[in-house]
Amino acid sequence: MSWTLIVVLAAGAYVLKAAGLVGVGVRDFPAPIRNVIALVPAAVLSALIVKDTFTNGHDLQIDARAVGVAVACLAVWRRVPLWLVIVLACAATGTVRAIS
Amino acid sequence: MGRAKPSSKATDDWSGVVGPALGLGFAVFAFGLSFGVMCIDAGGSVPKAMAMSLFVFTGASQFSAVSVIAAGGSALSAIVGALILASRNAVYGVAVAPSLRGSLPYRLFASQFTIDETTGMTLAQETPARSRRAYWVTAASIYVFWNLATFIGAVAGSNIDTQKYGLDVAFAAAFVGMLAPLVRSVRARRVAAAGAVVCIAATPFVPIGAGIIVAALVALVGLRPGAERGPVVSTGGPA
Repeated sequence: MSWTLIVVLAAGAYVLKAAGLVGVGVRDFPAPIRNVIALVPAAVLSALIVKDTFTNGHDLQIDARAVGVAVACLAVWRRVPLWLVIVLACAATGTVRAIS
Repeated sequence: MGRAKPSSKATDDWSGVVGPALGLGFAVFAFGLSFGVMCIDAGGSVPKAMAMSLFVFTGASQFSAVSVIAAGGSALSAIVGALILASRNAVYGVAVAPSLRGSLPYRLFASQFTIDETTGMTLAQETPARSRRAYWVTAASIYVFWNLATFIGAVAGSNIDTQKYGLDVAFAAAFVGMLAPLVRSVRARRVAAAGAVVCIAATPFVPIGAGIIVAALVALVGLRPGAERGPVVSTGGPA
């Protein structure tokens, strides 16, 4: 993780925030752009979930991580507080690794 | 702080904002701890983890970038994916702009704190004065807790075997928690499902981490006319 990455990311994230609050301000983005941006987190977060669960580099694999994420899904569905969701998921994956 | 209201009402107004803001701060604490630990695991250092949380300060994007780097992806993939995810903050900026009228320096400073939680809290208030106060109280709470947690996580992360304790699924679990409130509509659920499928399908063929970027293209279905307008913000996710 390079300093270049951090600086570029910080600058980019700030520019996006200010683009809305200062750049566009009390006007608004055109509806199509707003709709696309509103759907981005759903697409990206679910992609990140499967990436962190089922991939290892370029390979697809099913291992103890899948158990932890399954527990996380169950916990979120049961409306468990988010901090506990993370703890339960890690505990499940750690346990599977310890006994297998 | 309505002029005609008794002073006790003004006190209620403060507590009505401070309580939820502290609650959100506590909630992001667990995410901050995970972030600090995984930042170290991905080859970062305590100063790097802190620079991320102090200056990037948008949780899901920080997670995304570190997740891509941890998987062996390039800095470019990490940055592009994280910034696509951060694009929603531009929409949030527009949403909170009416509550944050002021000089250019004021708005430039306020911009750094335009994230899920501050936007959600600001939009939930009934009067402009309360909205403005909610924005700043929530910003202070999240900023302090997020950075404190990152620091503790990063320091602890240097001495933790993340594999042994299953901490490598902390991000995925956090992403599940962030995703849940976003997929209440059928359209969002379809986009989420398609994003997952596209990412898996692309993984063997694209650079590591670029699957996220390819999956983001699914959101372009929002260009189709007739798309419903969902809520501008979900208060369920972290910073």
